Amino acid sequence: MARARTPLGSTLQLVAAHAALLIYTVIALVPIVLIVLNSFKTRNAIFRTPYAFPDSDTFSLVGYETVFSRGSFPQYFANSVIVTVGALLLIFIAGTMAAHALAEYKFPGNGVMGLYLALGIMVPIRLGTVSILRLVVNLKLVDTLTALILVYTAMGLPLAVFVLSQFMRQIPRDLKDAARVDGASEYRVYWMTLPLIRPALGTVMVFNMIPIWNDLWFPLILAPSDANKTVTLGAQTFLGQFVNDYNAVLSSLTLSALPVVILYILFSRQLIRGLTSGAVK
Amino acid sequence: MKKVLLVLFVLTILLTGVTQAQDTVQLVIESWRNDDLTIWEDTILPVFEAQYPNIDVVFSPTAPTEYNAALNAKLEGGTAGDLITCRPFDVSLGLFDAGYLASLNDLAGMENFGDVAKSAWITDDGSDVFCVPMASVIHGFIYNADIFAELGLEEPTTVSEFYAVLDAIKASGMYTPLVMGTNDQWEAATMGYQNIGPNYWKGEEGRLGLIDGTAKYNEGGFLQAFEALAAWQPYLGDGYQAQTYADSQNAFTLGLGAIYPAGSWDISVFRANADFELGAFKPPVPDGQEDCYISDHTDIAMGMNAGTEHPEEAQTFLTWMTSPEFATLYSNALPGFFSLSNAQIEIDDPIAAEFVGWRNECASTIRSSYQILSRGEPNNETDLWAASANVLNLAQTPQEAADTVQSGLEQWYEPQMGS
Amino acid sequence: MPSSRKPFPFHIIVFLAPAVIIYTLFMIYPLLDSLRLSMFTADAGGQEVFVGLQNYQRLFTDPLWQPRILGALRNNFVFFGIHMLVQNPLALFLATLLSSRFIRGRTIYRSLIFTPSVLSIVLIAFIWRLILSPIFGKALFAPLGITLPPLLGEPATALPTLGLISVWQWVGVPMMLFVAALIGIPDELVEASRVDGATGWDVFWRIKLPLILPTVGIVGVLTFVGNFNAFDLIYTSQTALANPAFATDLLGTLFYRTFFGFQLQLGSPTMGATVAGVMFLIILLGVMIYLFTWQRRLLKNAVEM
Repeated sequence: MARARTPLGSTLQLVAAHAALLIYTVIALVPIVLIVLNSFKTRNAIFRTPYAFPDSDTFSLVGYETVFSRGSFPQYFANSVIVTVGALLLIFIAGTMAAHALAEYKFPGNGVMGLYLALGIMVPIRLGTVSILRLVVNLKLVDTLTALILVYTAMGLPLAVFVLSQFMRQIPRDLKDAARVDGASEYRVYWMTLPLIRPALGTVMVFNMIPIWNDLWFPLILAPSDANKTVTLGAQTFLGQFVNDYNAVLSSLTLSALPVVILYILFSRQLIRGLTSGAVK
Repeated sequence: MKKVLLVLFVLTILLTGVTQAQDTVQLVIESWRNDDLTIWEDTILPVFEAQYPNIDVVFSPTAPTEYNAALNAKLEGGTAGDLITCRPFDVSLGLFDAGYLASLNDLAGMENFGDVAKSAWITDDGSDVFCVPMASVIHGFIYNADIFAELGLEEPTTVSEFYAVLDAIKASGMYTPLVMGTNDQWEAATMGYQNIGPNYWKGEEGRLGLIDGTAKYNEGGFLQAFEALAAWQPYLGDGYQAQTYADSQNAFTLGLGAIYPAGSWDISVFRANADFELGAFKPPVPDGQEDCYISDHTDIAMGMNAGTEHPEEAQTFLTWMTSPEFATLYSNALPGFFSLSNAQIEIDDPIAAEFVGWRNECASTIRSSYQILSRGEPNNETDLWAASANVLNLAQTPQEAADTVQSGLEQWYEPQMGS
Repeated sequence: MPSSRKPFPFHIIVFLAPAVIIYTLFMIYPLLDSLRLSMFTADAGGQEVFVGLQNYQRLFTDPLWQPRILGALRNNFVFFGIHMLVQNPLALFLATLLSSRFIRGRTIYRSLIFTPSVLSIVLIAFIWRLILSPIFGKALFAPLGITLPPLLGEPATALPTLGLISVWQWVGVPMMLFVAALIGIPDELVEASRVDGATGWDVFWRIKLPLILPTVGIVGVLTFVGNFNAFDLIYTSQTALANPAFATDLLGTLFYRTFFGFQLQLGSPTMGATVAGVMFLIILLGVMIYLFTWQRRLLKNAVEM
């Protein structure tokens, strides 16, 4: 690694480094691969030859048939998309507006407001569940996707406002001031800054997307009916219902994981750039 | 990426909008019977829906271990289904007292049930019935008849015969003698302790003794039952401590084990998955004992969510559930759930018929912890789960486990205090 | 400032309103209301009456509650300890390799190792539950000549096993943060010390580690908050009862059980709020310690440098 400069040492160390990385990569992936692999096999083959690829004798889609006939996975998937996209949109709109206010204007209480909005970065929203449930019941939002969207927005806003306002402070003022001289309103100025913060926006969206998509707690408590289940809760319930049907269990695990993994592969460059760019410094 | 998400968003809104235009009333059933999902959807509910085309019933079960917590969460949040499957005695009574279950005194068809059937879902003063009794379940042992034939074994009737059979299976080295795990705790308590216990505590005599304070968990039959359970430990499969209920069902239907301590509700699961002959025997009696006792537990009923938006439709469904038609349909669709209706029902499944036949040979009782004893804290049922699992995990001796359960009861239950 | 041109900066309120309203209504208010609820109890008629700190006293002294809350606290610290001792050093090790310019395919490694972190904990829990089950797991490990012990069923091994499963899932996150920090170290610094004859080991301990200490602190505090808020893994794998015999009970599962009840027992919103109150205090304390020791010392060092 670090001493990989002298040719001889470098070869040995490179091999060792690659070996370590390879071993860990295998550890990280084998459990997932095993599940996917066995989801395409008959029940007996799953237990007799768990490592073998499915062949003409052992290939079976019976698990997937069960999943499609018994679970409402397309519905769950749609719910998850609505909740995640809805929350991300709200976080985007409310977050950029608040960040703009904090970064752009000097007003009494600016610092206090920034601190107030940042409190939620460290305090998990789950701790307020007892009262969130009561609030949602009083607002007649119980068992709606709206409730989830609002809660996730509240959960995501603190970090979004913090990161975005830090980023917005670095935007050169000339452009905005020039616009103001031309008579642009403050709302117009805000609108103009949006294209400039795209890098930070990616980070914020990525940071919020995965936890919202994968959350079990709030769907379980706030929107548990079959019509409003998200994929995570739907998979959890389905797995509970078909827990003694290995084919169905493996197939539903694969089906729930696959969309996320495909999305991840498609966007992993952006995601990783988002994670490693100035988000946390 | 944003554009892609936006398109998805619009698409899903369109999709969900299309599917929601309907005139029929939808009723949702909350249940812990996840094993029965396909039977409700394919066999039972279509019969009802054919008669009442304007009512669409959805069976929405939660895993048994999570049912009570999940149901409580939904009731607290007002998101629970219209029809609620009732556990017997104190849990459902608690739900009724909290105003979550509606009174069913005036429900047409309740006259089809006798007092014993209703006893598990009635207030202490008998003034309100709040669930329609569905079925009782009977404990016993189901075995893999192919393995018994291969090893030349016969059904045991006494405890010493039982151990002789277990020893023979163990000696063969090919199969797990007893298929049961302790991971889920309730399996050890229900399939183990409550299964074999009634023979030791003399059924109702012992159970009522606990309630009036004359019997104790840490002496007599209740202690002997823990000792008998502890003796199972050497016969359980490798890693039984991490074995879940589903693991047990899988291991048995895959033919890995010979004897499965069962609840009669397992019969339908095994019928669907096992490709070998099944047999059954009742809990073996202690050597020299004449009388036998079985756990014939009033297990399951259906009530109405007091907050339902469709009380009329829900009552229509509940009245249908009181009919002999439902009793026959249910008992045969789910062999192992024995209807509590007064109607005479033919049971087709031979194993289920054998289980229910034990009612004529032995005295029936219900599980010891369900009536009255689970009203306080610590909860007697919870304590029994932990104690039964601990005994099998060798974490506690039978005496220690029994002492823990007894002292838990003495902390809050008057008739057991200070004696 | 542009905003000072007008007497009343109405637009500032417009900009702040959506975020402040949603955040206050769904986060701050519930947190405060939950703390308030923790000082109430329901009387026989279902009315909530003020009882001061009695719920907290009950939680820590009542023979029924005490073993549960102390057990959950202890388990939670063990869980946190596993992450600090295994996850974060492993993440740092992997990040050191992955931030080297000489490793080919490092972005591919990075992406692959991060994969478990994008999956839902529910799936992870089921996957490992299957792999470690005595039925499917036996089939998996028997060909390798390994007799699988009942890791998730023994009180002694269940919690460490779940801790390692959690590490397996999340190691990618601190790894990424470390990679970002390590890449940010100017090459000249490393080069200069090399010229002075420092070994790779020296460079790591004397140059790199001190420079990424802020990230180490952030990873620590994120781990702390995440662990003391954990729930999904235990709930999915070991049920709300935290089998075996509460050996895997964390504050999150205790909170859920207390709030919603379990088995034959009904839940209590006020006692649930009390458990949440304890979690709140612990997390607050952890964050305070981080802010007032780690951050302050870093700031001091920065000034001296």
